[in-house]
Amino acid sequence: MKKQRPKNLNLFTIRFPIPAIASILHRISGFILFLLIPFILWGFYLSLTSAQSFNDLHQILITPWVKLVIWCSLSAFLYHFIAGIRHLLMDIGMGEELKSGKLSAIFTIIIAAVLIILTGIWLW
Amino acid sequence: MVKSVLGVNHQGLRDWLFQRMSAVFMAVYVIGLLIYFVLHPEITYYDWHNLFTYLWMKAATLLFFLSLLVHAWVGMWTIFTDYVTCPVARLTLNTIVFFALTGFFFAALLILWGV
Repeated sequence: MKKQRPKNLNLFTIRFPIPAIASILHRISGFILFLLIPFILWGFYLSLTSAQSFNDLHQILITPWVKLVIWCSLSAFLYHFIAGIRHLLMDIGMGEELKSGKLSAIFTIIIAAVLIILTGIWLW
Repeated sequence: MVKSVLGVNHQGLRDWLFQRMSAVFMAVYVIGLLIYFVLHPEITYYDWHNLFTYLWMKAATLLFFLSLLVHAWVGMWTIFTDYVTCPVARLTLNTIVFFALTGFFFAALLILWGV
């Protein structure tokens, strides 16, 4: 294998067709979810420690600006989830062609967007 | 020489597989939890706490957090490998992520232990 293969991973100079957007959003949402783990654990801890802490958590979660943060977090999760299913389907050989790959990328973004909006409606 | 194609310890293939396996388990767990929430719209502390007293739920939840550890590790490693070109910075970031994820896993274990 050649050691000096040409490669370009600079995010500011790469062109982004739809499948690339679907892919980079999967990465970004995954990174955000990683950052959210401690907060999820903290919520998990409060939810199980006592009835008092459970109610405290409930009060925190219904605060308007926290609700907005929750919605953003759920959005990252929903996108990552849907795009992840697309990747798993591609792993078993579905939608690997240029045309179907493009189509599934568009579907991923649309389905995730619909779920994110529905989640927003459910939250408020 | 199949061995040289896959690498010495087949690490790339193993990471790839672990990421998928953990993804599938977490997806099933989250869907299961979602069904539980739909069936119990007015959930109280006692219902929630009771759910986590079952051994199978503790095991499944622990497996969820183990999957999260593996999945996030492979994901973060991939991101750093692609975008962080300085080896020292990359190693530092990977080390931080490794300890953070391991710490999160033990935190989850202790939370479940206390139920």
